[in-house]
Amino acid sequence: MASHPALKAIRRELFASRTDGLISLGLLALIGASLLGLLRWAFLQAQWVVIQANSTLFAVGRYPLDQQWRLWLLVALLAMASGLSWGLLRAIPRADRSGVLWPLNDRIALALLAFLASWAPAALGLSVPLQARWWLITALLLAIRWSAGRWGRRLPPRLLKLVPLIWPLLYLLGMALISGGLGLVRVPPSEWGGLLLTVLMASFAILASFPLGVLMALGRRSELPLLRWGSVVYIEFVRGAPLITLLFLGQNILGFMLPGGLAPDRVWRAAWVLTFFCGAYVAEAVRAGLASVPAGQQEAARSLGLTVPQALQQVVLPQALRIALPATVGQFISLLQDTTLLSLIGLLELLGTARTVMANPDFLGLTAEVYLTLAVLFWCCCAALGLGSRALERRLDPTHSPA
Amino acid sequence: MDRRWPDLFTAVPLITPDAYPPMSEQKPPIPWWRDRRVIPWLVQGVVGLAMLVVIALLVGNLVRNLTAAGLLLSWRWLGQPASFDVAESLIPFDAAMPYWRALVVGLVNSLRAIVVGLVGATLLGTAVGMTAYSGNGLVRRLGRIYVEVIRNIPLLLQLLFWYFVVFLSFGNGTEALQIPGVVLAKSGLYLAWFAEGWSWQGPQLVNGIWQAPWRFSVEFAALLTGLITYTGAFVAEVVRGGIAAVPRGQWEAATSLGLHWSQSMRSVVLPQALPVIIPGLNSQYISLAKNSALAVAVGYADLYSVAETTLNQTGRALEVFLLLLGAYLVIDLLISAVMNGLNQLVQIRER
Repeated sequence: MASHPALKAIRRELFASRTDGLISLGLLALIGASLLGLLRWAFLQAQWVVIQANSTLFAVGRYPLDQQWRLWLLVALLAMASGLSWGLLRAIPRADRSGVLWPLNDRIALALLAFLASWAPAALGLSVPLQARWWLITALLLAIRWSAGRWGRRLPPRLLKLVPLIWPLLYLLGMALISGGLGLVRVPPSEWGGLLLTVLMASFAILASFPLGVLMALGRRSELPLLRWGSVVYIEFVRGAPLITLLFLGQNILGFMLPGGLAPDRVWRAAWVLTFFCGAYVAEAVRAGLASVPAGQQEAARSLGLTVPQALQQVVLPQALRIALPATVGQFISLLQDTTLLSLIGLLELLGTARTVMANPDFLGLTAEVYLTLAVLFWCCCAALGLGSRALERRLDPTHSPA
Repeated sequence: MDRRWPDLFTAVPLITPDAYPPMSEQKPPIPWWRDRRVIPWLVQGVVGLAMLVVIALLVGNLVRNLTAAGLLLSWRWLGQPASFDVAESLIPFDAAMPYWRALVVGLVNSLRAIVVGLVGATLLGTAVGMTAYSGNGLVRRLGRIYVEVIRNIPLLLQLLFWYFVVFLSFGNGTEALQIPGVVLAKSGLYLAWFAEGWSWQGPQLVNGIWQAPWRFSVEFAALLTGLITYTGAFVAEVVRGGIAAVPRGQWEAATSLGLHWSQSMRSVVLPQALPVIIPGLNSQYISLAKNSALAVAVGYADLYSVAETTLNQTGRALEVFLLLLGAYLVIDLLISAVMNGLNQLVQIRER
């Protein structure tokens, strides 16, 4: 009967027995019906105008209109840096194994980017000049990627080693561009919003919580009782409380604890709470990684004459952090999700912005459209982080055979 | 160089003592800051001093500022009348009752959501976790999709979606969603149950108002749906991992004894997976308990939501925070204690 391999596979997977077949048919019908319903709703009933009309609000919140060129500049710089890194990663694979982060999916990523650049600005109903800006930025990214791939090999190795430094520099520059100062008009954090605020909060907390977590993990494994107990108390205190109560602490009590002029504003207070919150969980992930490095590694490093800090830095931590990578990135993903809690304390990040949009009488009742859009956005970001973590894991895996 | 053997009969020391400098000059004494007996004390002293200074500054400021605001730590306000109403309550409550009573109502509501959520998430998660080992490819993939979709979307977003998009979309009266035994209206979720005399009684429309043996508020239903589907995905991963830890030979042995898939899962594989599953469940349960504080977003009167109202009325931020912290700590410890007890029970006893 069914001789084609695909048919055989379907038969084996879905219709192995009579009950299996019935279950499969029922599920297929259910899936078909729900997909059909969803598509009908999305294309015929849903009023996506709520997203289109508020796309700027969702992107940057109430960032002053006449200062938005700074954000465009930042996006262009980001695109250039990504293009450069992407092109170089492809052009110069590491000698011992495939150095490309996504060797197979490179073309898929390219196609996805092209699709997004051509579809998203039009779908959001942006004006033609704005659409053109997005195309230009994408073109810039692709051009730099192409030229880095073409001529990247010829750059002197000393210069190539400096390329990763672009990212921290860009981060600092981005912070300066966003907040102003140094001759630029100051834009206080209370005017940041939307995706911009979400990304800023998440990236700041991720970057700051990682060293904190590593220190706390080391402290918890230390032989010195004061360090150990200090770390234990901090970690367990933070992990025992729901994040919302800690944000409550940050908003309502922290102001009393700091000397008058030093208390940061609400946005930064929340950012620090997120950092300290995530730090405790990262500490637990790193501690598990440290525990799984055999004690012999430390002893071997010490007997080679390395000092304790050297042994930690060059032998133990690299192994421990590699093992802790999936759990740590998992924490970062949930941190990104946890930024939505900031909307409960009145900050206008993505979800907070969404709630103000839905409170607008013009868009009353369009909750499904807004929540679904946010869900898709968050899903893509979190899934991308997860994919990146798995690719990095493979890249760092010492047993991985050269591809 | 002289390569002859030394004269064995004349005792000439091969190394003369004065070939080396005397011991005192050989090594300078180790400076005290590199002495291994001193370093630990030094490090701890510095860290301890820093901690003390920071804590003293924070607490000192706190005390000074709270005194200036007239809000120094005190618990007397707990006895004053709350003068706000709590939307739903399992124990009698009205606005004339004191604050502590309102907080207890919130705690009971929280506990109710946590307990029901735990049971629901365990059932759902176990079912989904087992689908990863189903012979049916469609079931397997659906389970995977469910887990991947749910885990990558923020819980708060899901709760708001359930509440505003799903549960509030039904009307009242005849416009409610009606399934035999279940009615979902804007005024609540109505379930059939045994009425007096063991007669099965479903929801009924009396004068345009639904009545049933069991009624839950829409807020409670939305919170539970969100918590259960969200935590269920994480529980599913724990269960999947636990089953993966059972050696393959156990499956094969069970099948060769003639057991069905469901029989071998229930009586051979799952019992052996439990020692791996239960510690993982413990942390998921604790995070469910903590996540239940997000109830405030859907308007369910849980502990956090009552505490927030209390803060707005009294301004007692520190006391309210300490109460919240203590309550969640006790809940976490309780869950851990129960799960550790369970873990002792299911450990495979080896002779």
